[in-house]
Amino acid sequence: MLISIASGKGGTGKTALSLLLAAAHSNISLVDCDVEEPNCHLFLQPAWQDPGREITVTIPHIDSALCNGCGACSTVCLFNAIAISGKTALLFDELCHSCGGCLLVCRQQAIIEESKTIGTLATGTSTTHPGIHLVSGTLKVGTPSAVALIKRMKQETAKLTGDVLLDCPPGTSCSMVTAVQDSDFCILVTEPTPFGRHDLELAMNITCLLQIPTGVVINKSDAASSGDESIETLCESRQIPILAKIPHSLSFAKQYAAGCIPDEFQAIAANIWHKLKSERSAGT
Amino acid sequence: MKELVIVSGKGGTGKTSISAALAFLAPQKVLVDCDVDAANFHLISGAAIRETHAFTAGFEPHVDEETCTHCGKCTDLCRFEAITDGVITTPLNCEGCGVCAFNCPAHAISMKEKQAGHWFVSDTRFGRLIHAELGLSVENSGKLVSKVRQEAKKIATAHRLPLIITDGPPGIGCPAIAALSGASLALAVVEPSASSMHDVKRLVDLVSHFGLPLSVCINKSTLHPENTQELIAWCDHNAIPVAGQLPYSDAFRNAIQSGKTVLEMPENAEVKDSLKKLWHNLATLLEVPATESKFGYLQRRLNPFR
Ligand code: SF4
Ligand code: SF4
Ligand code: SF4
Ligand code: SF4
Repeated sequence: MLISIASGKGGTGKTALSLLLAAAHSNISLVDCDVEEPNCHLFLQPAWQDPGREITVTIPHIDSALCNGCGACSTVCLFNAIAISGKTALLFDELCHSCGGCLLVCRQQAIIEESKTIGTLATGTSTTHPGIHLVSGTLKVGTPSAVALIKRMKQETAKLTGDVLLDCPPGTSCSMVTAVQDSDFCILVTEPTPFGRHDLELAMNITCLLQIPTGVVINKSDAASSGDESIETLCESRQIPILAKIPHSLSFAKQYAAGCIPDEFQAIAANIWHKLKSERSAGT
Repeated sequence: MKELVIVSGKGGTGKTSISAALAFLAPQKVLVDCDVDAANFHLISGAAIRETHAFTAGFEPHVDEETCTHCGKCTDLCRFEAITDGVITTPLNCEGCGVCAFNCPAHAISMKEKQAGHWFVSDTRFGRLIHAELGLSVENSGKLVSKVRQEAKKIATAHRLPLIITDGPPGIGCPAIAALSGASLALAVVEPSASSMHDVKRLVDLVSHFGLPLSVCINKSTLHPENTQELIAWCDHNAIPVAGQLPYSDAFRNAIQSGKTVLEMPENAEVKDSLKKLWHNLATLLEVPATESKFGYLQRRLNPFR
């Protein structure tokens, strides 16, 4: 089962929940798709099997000796990645989406494709929690879009057997959608505040659009706060189950800040697994 | 005109709460919420929308069913598996590159501008706010960020306001890049946690890539005093001024619950003092008045807009 863990926004405890769920499972793969800021490895201290395999995309390379500056490639590029300067075409590779359109249109055969590194991918087994296998991607600083890297990570993920957890990038942007797409179940993590509710609603719109069964975990929940109710009402109106409430805990926050996966909410995590398994048997 | 951009390596470090507190303290400014993926600033500032503008960016293909011969050429050429023989099967995969349209032998596909979201001008308790909402799963958040910043600059110029306070997007991706380019000062909000400290180092790489002045605010500094010390030492070593340290406090959450800034809440003297200190340090770094001058007061009275 491929389970993605997402939230409308960062900082709701997505990574913490991913780690809790992974630690409560006996043998699991955790895929850190938050490639802008991968953090899971800080907690898992994995022994890397293939440290930092480079991930590339193809971008055009313009041979200025063959190019006559006709400008066809620049006209056809809807991302403005090619400009004509003097008698030759210039590529702005950070704008390129690797669509190959320019290649098709150049009559001079002046364009060939070459590869460009956009990030790295590493896999390893955790030394702190030996049952967890980690796949971690890191976007190269300055690369504007994470989508291509996440797509490649998901191809790797498809090869994995057993249960897979996917720690998704925050937000509801294209990278989050790419990560969540094709999962069997999506857990949305939220906090009981007006911010949390607002962001949760946006995230729900995405999973609804993608038709992925969804459940909600309310983090930093406490009986005294009124925020829980407004989230409960939202979930009820959307018919989305609340899988768990994780209470606000200072000791948890302290251990987590120090880079440990606290034992504290083991029982809650086990219960979420239980619910996920029954969701699956109900779904099939 | 100066522009302060509040950023964090990652979401959830308290960026919006701190931006709102600074918006409360700073006189004469325009506010911008650059978190176009999940804007929240309007929730805390009591925004009343004055203007709504559509934002279009990028393209999407439209297939004329009558002209399409279902030859399948578009499917062969599309690298994103978005189109099958003249039917856009997975619109979410479509990058809007136009390869299908340019190469369709029957000329059955046209590329139309894509509706990508909205941007708003609102009135808030602290002044005018420019914010936006990106359409679901739309790219181009960077462009929308640039758009709201540009509008804020227009307003600041038109009304002679010396400062723009920008609540930046989280992360270091294209929206963060768009929010930071050309700013006067970046304020990175960091928590003394292993992950936040890791994130800020990547953020610093980005900010120095742009050659922007940077300062740091340590939020929840009491959560892990050793890490806080380590952070301060690291900032010293890299010549990054620590503009403020805020203690761990439930006050921020309570304030959000009531739709207010911490400074509008009763009590919490310690938090309030540390926020004021932060603002004064930032005003010095930015070379803008920390409190309202007589001139500013007059100008505000004369200018109903403030
Ligand atoms: S289409 Fe080919 S020849 Fe024309 S400008 Fe582009 S690269 Fe040069
Ligand atoms: S591959 Fe596509 S996006 Fe890149 S330069 Fe060519 S036409 Fe533009
Ligand atoms: S290439 Fe044109 S005619 Fe052929 S299937 Fe695609 S849209 Fe239809
Ligand atoms: S615009 Fe590009 S991505 Fe979209 S369907 Fe056409 S070829 Fe595919």
